[in-house]
Amino acid sequence: MSWSNIGLHHYLIISAVLLTIGLFTVATRRNVVAILMGVELMLNAASLNFVAFSHYVHGSVAGQVFSVFIIILAAAEAAIALAIVLAIFRHFRVIDVEETATLRE
Amino acid sequence: MTPIIFYGLALLVVLSALGVALARNILYSGFALLGTLLGVAGLYLFIGADFLGVAQLVIYVGGILVLILFAVLLTNRIGQVKISSLSVNRLVGAVAAALLFGLLFEVMLDTPWPQIEEAAAPTTARLGDAFLGEYLLPFELASLVLLMALVGAMVIARRAAKAPANSEAEAQAIRRLE
Repeated sequence: MSWSNIGLHHYLIISAVLLTIGLFTVATRRNVVAILMGVELMLNAASLNFVAFSHYVHGSVAGQVFSVFIIILAAAEAAIALAIVLAIFRHFRVIDVEETATLRE
Repeated sequence: MTPIIFYGLALLVVLSALGVALARNILYSGFALLGTLLGVAGLYLFIGADFLGVAQLVIYVGGILVLILFAVLLTNRIGQVKISSLSVNRLVGAVAAALLFGLLFEVMLDTPWPQIEEAAAPTTARLGDAFLGEYLLPFELASLVLLMALVGAMVIARRAAKAPANSEAEAQAIRRLE
């Protein structure tokens, strides 16, 4: 793994960093839309991983096909998640996972 | 020359992701997410996935990010700075994330990936062949999923018609919730 010859490892490192930052965002933010942004970061990390493997290991476009499906499903998920966010906001008046946790023990 | 472009894109992606995770104002997080998505689109173009890079720009930046910004607009008071909780959750979250990254890094270094050399070629035609050939069924199902998501989002987000209360206690409970 050299500095100037960009190979598979470089893309895997970037995708691992994106995944961990996305996981940190989902775990620590209180705003629901911020958590959704963290989920988008993780989806982008996985998609980048697929494209890197498709280019450097497999040689076909199968990884890019999967990345297109990831983009499609991220769009569907963002639409429904934001509709739910709007419904929650209409009911609770705040978007905060701590304030809206009414399913207590 | 080209490694500099790669490291510039990588820096953009990582710094913007840190901005999404750590920014106090949720709107700044949204704009940092824009930087991340642009950087990832650039990385797709750098690796030779031309169709995917442009699709990422059009759909992710032009669609999903705008949707997220609309949600931020409709559910927050923009002028107010949202102070994210600086409690022990952040330290535990950072430790867990660092451990996960260490694990992924070790696995990546130790696994002997069978790498091949391939020149970057235009992928649009090959993607079209794949979508209409081998991956036709998932493609059609994905369009069904999008239709369901569209209808479902409209159903969830509409203003529900207020049903008349059956009893006085029920009406009082509804009034207390709002």
